[in-house]
Amino acid sequence: MAAVLPPYTTLYRSQQMSSSENGRPSIRIGVGAGTADDRIHPAVQLAQHGELDYLVFECLAERTVARENLTRSKDPDRGYTPRMLERIEAVLPACLENDVRIVTNMGAANPRGGARAIRQLARDMAAGDIACAVVTGDDVSDLVRTMPALKLLETDAPLESILPRMASANAYLGADVVAKALATKARIVITGRVSDPSLFLAPAMHEFAWSYDDWPRLAAGLVAGHLLECSAQVNGGCFADPGRKEVQDLATLGYPFGDITTDGSFTIGKLDMNGGRVDVATCTEQLLYEIHDPANYITPDCVVDITDVRLEQVARDRVAVRGPKGRPRTPTYKVTVGYFDGYIGEGQVSFGGPNAVARAKLGAEVVQARLKERGFTFPELQVDLIGYSSVHGELPSRPEPYEVRLRIAARTDDRRAAEAVGFETRALHMHGPAGAGGGSDPMVREILAVQSVLLPRELVSPEIGLEGEA
Amino acid sequence: MVRVYDLAHCRAGDKGNTSNISVVAYSEAAWRVLSEQLTPERVMTAYGHIAKGPVRRYDLPNLRALNFVIENALGGGVTRSLRQDMHGKSLSSLMLTIELPGHNEETP
Repeated sequence: MAAVLPPYTTLYRSQQMSSSENGRPSIRIGVGAGTADDRIHPAVQLAQHGELDYLVFECLAERTVARENLTRSKDPDRGYTPRMLERIEAVLPACLENDVRIVTNMGAANPRGGARAIRQLARDMAAGDIACAVVTGDDVSDLVRTMPALKLLETDAPLESILPRMASANAYLGADVVAKALATKARIVITGRVSDPSLFLAPAMHEFAWSYDDWPRLAAGLVAGHLLECSAQVNGGCFADPGRKEVQDLATLGYPFGDITTDGSFTIGKLDMNGGRVDVATCTEQLLYEIHDPANYITPDCVVDITDVRLEQVARDRVAVRGPKGRPRTPTYKVTVGYFDGYIGEGQVSFGGPNAVARAKLGAEVVQARLKERGFTFPELQVDLIGYSSVHGELPSRPEPYEVRLRIAARTDDRRAAEAVGFETRALHMHGPAGAGGGSDPMVREILAVQSVLLPRELVSPEIGLEGEA
Repeated sequence: MVRVYDLAHCRAGDKGNTSNISVVAYSEAAWRVLSEQLTPERVMTAYGHIAKGPVRRYDLPNLRALNFVIENALGGGVTRSLRQDMHGKSLSSLMLTIELPGHNEETP
């Protein structure tokens, strides 16, 4: 049941305008990255020219923490995201010069180790002694090992079924602990798993002292975070369709920023020096991105309802967002459990010219027969004809293309079986249908899969530590 | 007949084995056609050869947008899917190929 809230405009007028810690009625939060593999240079442009207060790097995909847990098990000093130091090195001079604080989840499986590495980097750069606040407590792997009956949300199976293969278990922490970390005055706040939009809500909570019963403001901060967390996807990335949806200067696309005011209203914008576009169309696409039920977007800080959100173009490349609503947070934290799930083996080879599709299909049959003859069986095997059926599946109504690339991928618990998939596919060069060319090297990757469980809040204990003196 | 491509733009995202595809109308007239004709049943038919479903539709009239949630759509989910496009980012473009009866005077 939705909480009864006054209309947004009423709320806006009834609140005394308070100002931020820095005495301003608004703060500007820039995006430093929206994924572990995101581009680096746009963050530098924002740090230099964005007149930012905060720069937020969101770098943890669902399985990133699981992967970095493995790294830490081999080297206890590591386990933060691999490009963390490269990113910090690039932006640190401008952040120091312009007094921009950094918030990031690049700590991954080892936020404390990440903080120490950043401090060492700063000393090496002669940038001085940089204090880092460290958020921990998201790692609940020891706890969930004692709770095998927890139900996996995706399959309804008990956690017990994957416990022997578990690689990590991390709770999505909220903005509260990140805001407290900002209160330490540390220049950099580094975390492990924190809900992506909460990383952006935290600076606003900290600056404007928003509380946990102030749902419209919490919801606004989270919607701002939701719009910003995928970096350029709100300012012209993932949008251009030549002749239909144009994006100016896509090659010079930068990262967006949000101006959040103390009353919870905010705008999304971009630098004039970058290409891209910020308008109602780009913001609508990103507002709905991965939102599922728009009246029930669950975060650790509140349940967000965007069904009354209105977007307005208030200036060139500036969109104002009004009307997010919120309800109290749920009594649980969502926990992502990473686990080993066997191997995927893959091979590719190309066919062109007349009857290319039929020759590729014959090649696929041959590979499967040879794998079977060698005694390899697979719970799941997929045949794709790239250029014909590989991204949207096969439909008989589609015309045959001039050329196709055969791709065979299969899942198995046996590494040798996985290797055989690519080996037999490449062998079509000499042992397959006519004209098989350009076979790829056989590829094998270990699968780190993820599922989720819910944990009662009181079992999770977020903590803040400090590296260096703030 | 009119294609969704001529009425709207789309974006796809993922969560686990579920695809989330938004459909944002270019105009008020296009919105009326979409909200009336782009039913969950039509979407399920278009994705039936790659997704098990079910399909849920959420309406956002303020934004002139529909949000479709298609379950069991990503070959087991991002981390274990055998598909080339394991996130299903390209599935937004499949939505654009759907043809609707439309109304000639209302298409942009």
